[in-house]
Amino acid sequence: MFAAENGLKGDPRLQAISRAIRVVPDFPKPGIMFQDITTLLLDHKAFKDTVDIFVDRYRDMDVSVVAGVEARGFMFGPAIALAIGAKFVPLRKPRKLPGEVISESYVLEYGTDCLEMHVGAVEPGERVIVIDDLVATGGTLSAAIKLLERVGAEVVECACVIGLPEVKDRCGIKGKPLYILVEPRLLDECC
Amino acid sequence: MSAYKDNDPRIHGIKTRIRVVPNFPKPGIMFQDITTLLLDPQAFKDTIDLFVERYQGKNISVVAGIEARGFIFGPPIALAIGAKFVPLRKPKKLPGEVISEEYTLEYGRDCLQMHVGAVEPGDRALVVDDLIATGGTLCAAMNLLERVGAQVVECACVIELPDLKGRERLHGKPLYVLVESH
Repeated sequence: MFAAENGLKGDPRLQAISRAIRVVPDFPKPGIMFQDITTLLLDHKAFKDTVDIFVDRYRDMDVSVVAGVEARGFMFGPAIALAIGAKFVPLRKPRKLPGEVISESYVLEYGTDCLEMHVGAVEPGERVIVIDDLVATGGTLSAAIKLLERVGAEVVECACVIGLPEVKDRCGIKGKPLYILVEPRLLDECC
Repeated sequence: MSAYKDNDPRIHGIKTRIRVVPNFPKPGIMFQDITTLLLDPQAFKDTIDLFVERYQGKNISVVAGIEARGFIFGPPIALAIGAKFVPLRKPKKLPGEVISEEYTLEYGRDCLQMHVGAVEPGDRALVVDDLIATGGTLCAAMNLLERVGAQVVECACVIELPDLKGRERLHGKPLYVLVESH
């Protein structure tokens, strides 16, 4: 599930990617140590390495769709899609996508939210990777998987740059494998 | 100051992949939907290649993308030309210290934010979004970058709606677009 256990043990790129991520305490609310990937995007080599690691993994897996979760999934997904020759499909918050959509709601800590996908963007039988910057509870990724399965696609894997401890010992999300590059940073490790 | 690559054979494929959705987000608006362009890997690649060919070797150090569709086009361009990617976001999305720029909408005001420290004085920047309409958002984006001492080299969009004259709101900065829609 973690790249380091999956063929990339000791890969120096993973260390550089981890170091490039900034921890912001108490955002969006007290007690949360927010994993900020924007600093990774400022480090061209580390950002390129992030995309390259995913591309190397998926280029020979016959993937025809990369689905990215709004909005940070949009920062990683398209570059991967372009490199492997796949379509990019944005999964968005409600009322952002024009035209006909399907919706899947999911549970938050307080309340619910909803993810939408265009009707017709993904066809039955397509092999799909779902990408987001981070996986915590897996609620958003579960909703994404459901959307794709509802239109008859096959979710091959979910891919995230960062995986929180809650997912470390799980067997993927809804039975789908999860591929993660790094664990969350602790504040003390930060430069 | 601006360019329409009408004579590039790739433009036709890009233009025909953009879907127009009438009456979205409200009656009377003909929405230019780029998601269908993203479903055609060759046309999406051509879109990025056209921007990369224009900007590589020009010492661009920052590509700033406007939330959220600017996040789809900006990062691939940044990666290809060796630049940083900086997301410009709606309020309260970016953690840590930000600077904000307000701008006027048809009804009311909105706000764009950028991280303090992401862009440094002297950085040469591109601003990227999927579409320019009135130019209000692009203008706010340029202001953010200039406030921290960056030089905005050009604004780059896939689509322009020339009838809305957004080009005139860019303080004389050049605008480069791939297709126009009237």
